[in-house]
Amino acid sequence: MSSRCPELVVLALSLLALGGCEREQRRFSEPGGSTVTVTTPLSDIRAGGVAVATPVKAPYDDNAYAISEGQRLFQWFNCAGCHATGGGGAIGPALTDDVWIYGKAPDQIFSTIVQGRPNGMPAFGARIPNQQVWQLVSYVRSLSGELPKTVSPSRADAMYFGKPPAEREPVTQPVQP
Amino acid sequence: MNTNALLSGGPLSAEIGQLFWIFVGIAAAVYVVVLAFLVVSLRRREGARAAPPDSPAARHAVRAIGIAVGLTTVILVVLALSDFFANRVIAATPENPLRVRVTAHQWWWEIEYVDADPTRRVRTANELHLPVGRPVQLEMTADDVIHSFWAPELNGKKDLLPGYTTRLTLVAARAGDYTAECAEFCGFQHANMRVAIVAHDPQDFARWYDAQLTPAAEPVSPELQRGRDVLLGSTCVMCHNITGTDASGVTGPDLTHLASRRWIAAGALPNDAARLAAWISDPQGIKPGTHMPATRLDADDLAVLTHYLTSLR
Repeated sequence: MSSRCPELVVLALSLLALGGCEREQRRFSEPGGSTVTVTTPLSDIRAGGVAVATPVKAPYDDNAYAISEGQRLFQWFNCAGCHATGGGGAIGPALTDDVWIYGKAPDQIFSTIVQGRPNGMPAFGARIPNQQVWQLVSYVRSLSGELPKTVSPSRADAMYFGKPPAEREPVTQPVQP
Repeated sequence: MNTNALLSGGPLSAEIGQLFWIFVGIAAAVYVVVLAFLVVSLRRREGARAAPPDSPAARHAVRAIGIAVGLTTVILVVLALSDFFANRVIAATPENPLRVRVTAHQWWWEIEYVDADPTRRVRTANELHLPVGRPVQLEMTADDVIHSFWAPELNGKKDLLPGYTTRLTLVAARAGDYTAECAEFCGFQHANMRVAIVAHDPQDFARWYDAQLTPAAEPVSPELQRGRDVLLGSTCVMCHNITGTDASGVTGPDLTHLASRRWIAAGALPNDAARLAAWISDPQGIKPGTHMPATRLDADDLAVLTHYLTSLR
């Protein structure tokens, strides 16, 4: 097949390469999406049982550069102070498992960072620009395998054992009785 | 900002300059001699025959080759020795040096003066002040990628490696301004990564040092007070430290005495109020890729913030 239509192969390869554009794009200056308001639902439970919220797409979920920026900011802004380097959890909850107290959707994580949460999570609303919050959102989502491996940082800046962070399976926590 | 490696500002760079001229002088002499022999051989009569072996002419030629090989060996040994002795002077551990810790970041320099007394440590950025005559030992490392420190008028280059400390000695022979640059490609803004080096007389240096030890000036007017409130309520505090206030970030340059510095953004802009305001509102337009995000403030807040920052002498 490939020997008969080399043009097709070239075309297919170029189309494949196009897919990499978004992944590597470095957008330095942009507002970084909307500010999420207090109306972002934090759980699936709601009166009437009908979901009304439309899911918000995180602007950087498919951008490797922004996610590695998020990885850097996670250290710089001392998220690692409570959630541990790599998000394994310490006095703050682990971010590498499948337990999400306030939701795992991008806008839910955004509002968790911006508004803070009871029992220790500070509100960073006035302190971190939206663009950087969205970079953190995508990095946090990458920690538990919510994002494709192709965009997750395959190398951590800290020492680690075993597989690189992006290739680990998310830890499944036993359900509390 | 022009630097000239052959304009020596101290004994160490003078050593390098001397070595340079020895190499250039010898290489030029060898070049002239080789070309002269080439010209002579080209101008020889056509049809001249090689002398038969064992003739006096052949023995003469062999002796000439022997002398040339011997001379070449002597020249190479002289060059190697002059290199060795120059390096010995440059790499010697100085006695009683002023110790300064230099950490390279993408894309700025963190400068910390080491003192046994923690209250006498000075932390600043992108500006290195030296006392004239006293050797200064830089203990250098990098935070992210490999950088290289090069102050051509004071000494040679030295790389800064993450997780490893390299040392470089600087001695300034006369008071004045010098510049160091990053000499190892380190990313987008490698070209905008300079250190302003200021060599003072020892008394002036002590005065500068004591001024740097003081906390930031307290606001003396309502406007300055508002400027500080804007700063403490904005994104600045996540990365920057201003001693004497609640701003205590460590990942960005220390701003305690920002207004006393010559440049902002590691040599990208001269330090004045208008450029500072432009830098705060659009750092990515001035230095694309820098880790400083744009801070969105209304015109009034930006004005009082800039006013406060320019008061931090």
